[in-house]
Amino acid sequence: MARELLVQYLIAGLTYGVIYAVVGIGFNIIYNATGIINFAQGEFVMLGGMIAVTLHGFLPLPAAIAGAVVLTMAVGALVEMLFIRWLVKPSVLRMIIITIGVSILLREAALLLWGNAVRALPYFTGNEVTSVGILGARVSPQVLWAVGVCLALVAAITAWFRWTSWGRQMRACAANRVAASLCGLPTRNLVTLSFVLSAGMGALAGCVVSPITQTQYSVGAGLAIKGFTVAILGGLGNSLAAVAAGLLLGVLESFSVSLLPTAYKDAISIAVLLLILFVRPTGLFAARLTSRV
Amino acid sequence: MLRIRNLDVAYGPVTVLRRISLHVNPGEVVAIVGANGAGKTTLLKAVSGLVRPRAGEIALQGREVSRESAERIVALGCSHVPEGRQVFASMSVHENLLMGAHVQLRRGRKDQVKADLERVYRLFPVLEKRQRQFAGTLSGGEQQMLAMGRALMARPALLMLDEPSMGLAPLVMKDIFATVSRISAEGSTVLLVEQNARGALKIAHRGYVLETGRIVLSGTAEELLANRDVQRAYLGREAAAEPERGRP
Repeated sequence: MARELLVQYLIAGLTYGVIYAVVGIGFNIIYNATGIINFAQGEFVMLGGMIAVTLHGFLPLPAAIAGAVVLTMAVGALVEMLFIRWLVKPSVLRMIIITIGVSILLREAALLLWGNAVRALPYFTGNEVTSVGILGARVSPQVLWAVGVCLALVAAITAWFRWTSWGRQMRACAANRVAASLCGLPTRNLVTLSFVLSAGMGALAGCVVSPITQTQYSVGAGLAIKGFTVAILGGLGNSLAAVAAGLLLGVLESFSVSLLPTAYKDAISIAVLLLILFVRPTGLFAARLTSRV
Repeated sequence: MLRIRNLDVAYGPVTVLRRISLHVNPGEVVAIVGANGAGKTTLLKAVSGLVRPRAGEIALQGREVSRESAERIVALGCSHVPEGRQVFASMSVHENLLMGAHVQLRRGRKDQVKADLERVYRLFPVLEKRQRQFAGTLSGGEQQMLAMGRALMARPALLMLDEPSMGLAPLVMKDIFATVSRISAEGSTVLLVEQNARGALKIAHRGYVLETGRIVLSGTAEELLANRDVQRAYLGREAAAEPERGRP
């Protein structure tokens, strides 16, 4: 394969990879706080993109994106407060089914609100045909935006978990919920916070990819599967591993196009998901001593 | 400090505690001894708000707390060191202690927290050496020390310990009991639940014997250690041959 082509595929793979990573981390944040897989995670991504497109009708782009992130966070908080918080000792299965219900609710609400038209935010810089050269490959600047924003987001969330009081509290809650409440930590609010955070992360990811992938009421499910695969591949709850797994999946998908018909691209992630569940259900990087108890 | 009246606790249809009444005076070390499954852990969980009692009253420093949340009860001055330590394994020793200080930090008492941290490191010098280490990599005894230290960081008026000696080597066990005495000598009130009746009663002022959810005996630690039934049931045979006792 020519070097330019190789780089082209690699960059395309990394672009999708970072987005998968962000969605995967969204899964992890809620999983760590509650032990559940939030199947409405993809809908947060969709909502971010859709709200941003609508807001961009009358606001400048940065404000529209900020607004979309904040509104989606509010939706995340609302979902938790309406459907999860008041449950007394909910079983994990019950909560998972609730999140599936929520995802359908959000998707149908989006269909009612916005119809089934395909929309997109404008390119952040330049337009569809602008490109920059990287090692001989031609890359849209939006790709750089997506990679940059997503990596900054991962760095920010990692730093936040490590060095802020709220971040530490969430880690404590994730490590041992009972002990956390015995320390007087507000465990219920921390769960709400986990929904807010992962909604916000999803929304931002939804905004930066919107120009590349387009946004429609139904894009959530596809992204949720990719993000879920990444979360499992890295080992549930391990966010840095999710980044590695996200990049891996993105690149894998991207190179698959050179061997298989493009239509099979999405089948790759399902195949990876099944394979990992059969062969190594604890994830690729599961040997860590300090994982969740 | 703590006064429990006619406490009933049930898990679904199974009654675990029946009409429990007990009290802990300020400055005391009170031991609750009993066999596995007697309801000792449930009793502490009811006080700390982890399980809701079906009936009865729990007064902490004169204030009824049986309907309060676990988080609130910590803020009201009662810290519970749960069975099996329950440290935050994926966090450093230092971070674990900071989590314990949460109620203090929320009140804006940063300076006090600093002093408390020094106190905990003085009580458990090994924790200071392991500050940056993940709590999950500590030995059982060290984890117990960390769990106790974490609870002390909240400056509890009442410290409740659930089986602090469980699964520890005899020497480490001795160390832990000695530290509980020291904590008490520094002015804390302690409610201690133990299967190791001898170890617990040796450092306690008073004790209660819990059997299948009821209190069957109570008295000073000396009385209980000397009691025939207690000796036979909880202290093993050699107890009769060893009248020597007292607090270290």
